[in-house]
Amino acid sequence: MSLLSWGMFPNIKNKIFNLRDEKSLSLYIETTDEFIPYGNGRSYGDSALSENIVYAKPYNNFLSFDEQNGILNAEAGVLLSEILEAFVSRGWFLRVTPGTKLITLGGAIASDVHGKNHHVEGCFSECVEEFTIMGVDGKIKSCKKGDELFLATCGGMGLTGVILSAKISLKKINSKNINQTTIKTKNLKETFEVFEAHKEKPYSVAWIDCLAKGEEIGKSLLMVGDFADDGNLEYKSKKKLTIPFNFPSFALNTLSVKAFNYLYYAKAKDGISYQKVDIDTFFYPLDAIGDWNKIYGSGGFTQYQFILPKEQSYEGLREILTKISASGKGSFLAVLKLYGKENENYLSFPLEGYSLALDFKIESGLFELLDTLDEVVLKYAGRIYLTKDVRVSKETFEKGYPQIEKFRAYRKEHKMDKKLNSLQSKRVQI
Amino acid sequence: MSYVLIIGAKSDIAKEVARVYAKNGYNLYLAARESLELEDLKQDIEIRSGVEVKLVEFDITAFDTHEEFYTSLHERPLGVIVVAGFMCEQKIAQNDWNKTLQTINVNYTGALSILNIVANDFEKERRGFIVGVSSVAGDRGRKANYIYGSAKAGFSAYLSGLRNRLYESGVSVLSVKPGFVNTKMTQALDLPQNLTAQPQDVAEDIFNAQQRGRNILYTKSIWMFIMLIIKHIPEFIFKKMSI
Ligand SMILES: Cc1cc2nc3c(=O)[nH]c(=O)nc-3n(C[C@H](O)[C@H](O)[C@H](O)COP(=O)(O)OP(=O)(O)OC[C@H]3O[C@@H](n4cnc5c(N)ncnc54)[C@H](O)[C@@H]3O)c2cc1C
Repeated sequence: MSLLSWGMFPNIKNKIFNLRDEKSLSLYIETTDEFIPYGNGRSYGDSALSENIVYAKPYNNFLSFDEQNGILNAEAGVLLSEILEAFVSRGWFLRVTPGTKLITLGGAIASDVHGKNHHVEGCFSECVEEFTIMGVDGKIKSCKKGDELFLATCGGMGLTGVILSAKISLKKINSKNINQTTIKTKNLKETFEVFEAHKEKPYSVAWIDCLAKGEEIGKSLLMVGDFADDGNLEYKSKKKLTIPFNFPSFALNTLSVKAFNYLYYAKAKDGISYQKVDIDTFFYPLDAIGDWNKIYGSGGFTQYQFILPKEQSYEGLREILTKISASGKGSFLAVLKLYGKENENYLSFPLEGYSLALDFKIESGLFELLDTLDEVVLKYAGRIYLTKDVRVSKETFEKGYPQIEKFRAYRKEHKMDKKLNSLQSKRVQI
Repeated sequence: MSYVLIIGAKSDIAKEVARVYAKNGYNLYLAARESLELEDLKQDIEIRSGVEVKLVEFDITAFDTHEEFYTSLHERPLGVIVVAGFMCEQKIAQNDWNKTLQTINVNYTGALSILNIVANDFEKERRGFIVGVSSVAGDRGRKANYIYGSAKAGFSAYLSGLRNRLYESGVSVLSVKPGFVNTKMTQALDLPQNLTAQPQDVAEDIFNAQQRGRNILYTKSIWMFIMLIIKHIPEFIFKKMSI
């Protein structure tokens, strides 16, 4: 059996080692030339792909829970969805969660993921108290906030070892419901204004119609929200619809994207409206359709996510959105988010500013388009998110991450650079 | 809430089955040899679901201990799920009688030994459910693993007879026929991704099928069609094939 990542591209054969216990992992590391850890494959690109994969998902026991302080100790293969299933009804929620709950604890740390609340809570590493990790010498180290291993591992894309377990702090909630405000904006300027006006709200995100042109560029639906106080904590994951096969490629063309965006945008009332929605609807709308990645056909797709510093965000985004809408290559999903302060981790993606994420079907001409977008990103001093990437060049990548040399030196010093590698780490030489 | 007894609790499928039942509020008896090794799983399930988990010592091939094992459970279970299984390479099994015997005893004789006792009890009480995890390998003997397959075939036939007998007393019997599952047992095999299920999915399938009172579950469901075809290939052709 071979494992793919979420974007289903590239499709390479790999040998899987199922992680079940520490002893056999140690033996595996000793006897394997080169490998990379793999969680639940929700990264879009090639960061978890290699000829040899350590499949960490089977390693998934809950180890302890401190009810007083809300601190959970669990093995790295535990899914965020499993944490929610166990704890929402007891009044606890993740302090930071990405737009899918189907990722492992190890994957959350390795990508130092962010959520709709980055501008107030920061990245996932904020809620990690400590973790244990097996290095290339087959030994287990435990590591706390502030350690160099911590700085390198959070956001380090699995390139510092196999994370085995982590202690994370949860946050108290009084309800599984979220009071949501939806604001429809006319253009990018208005979108920015609304983001800034709601900066104090814990959760915010905007869906951009990325095919809009001219005056309408940047028009979006902005959603802001916070947990309600109604005491309703009944939580069960919804049964999901599944897409059983790859859609034929003609199903997805500019026209259908246009129609989707149009409908999505038209569904919301003009101006401001208010809704009460549950956790899954607010945080994980895409999880409701299992395997939705198959919509893009068997050739796969990729997500292009970049971030720009705040002062340059408006100009840069306008330029990029103009290029995309002119290219006619659209995306069902174009998500715009406001970010807070950057952290100290060597390779974490967020910095204070705005990021845009768009899905593209893999097809001829796409990588050329993305290369021209890269140029704009660099011009405005931005960077690309590794966990979504499958094609960025070494040069583009490096310019975005000023701490890259520290990371490289650390890997070299601890002999990680020979044993731990993904297709991505080889491409961008980290 | 009532207890569910899981026989062969160390397997990867059993671990996930245990979690699913616990998530839905059932207390558990986890039965296996050297059951103390299941301490981590017990802990895991208690943190996740807050149900009671009891580890109980059980050897499926120690037939003469089964009666006492069952009657000494402090509360009779509402349901019993037999997940115990043993598979070794066909080449090894066909050259080593002890391995053949172990295959038969774990997959067939031992399962019958404990289920006979359970069935009599459930029939008397006129309640309860029985789940037996058999295999698609029992649907037709193939040269690649017919020793294992024949033991599972026997187990499948037993379950269907049991279902027939217990129908009147309202006790449900579910036969589960997994195809390839990504577990310790199949670790060394190169399995096709589209046909290989994850233990979590198998466990969810089992829970749903059992709760709905279904009779036979193929998981993944595509195996129902595959086995339908394989079962219908005429023997004079089948014997020449390598599948
Ligand atoms: C629908 C959707 C929405 C998303 N939304 C967001 C979002 O809002 N914000 C965001 O930040 N991300 C988002 N993502 C990306 C996702 O959160 C990350 O890619 C995450 O890392 C995936 O985790 P995984 O367990 O699937 O890991 P994988 O995809 O399997 O691996 C990702 C990386 O983690 C490493 N890794 C995995 N397990 C371990 C381990 N045990 N030890 C060491 N390294 C390990 C791998 O080597 C790889 O580099 C989204 C993805 C999807 C599909």
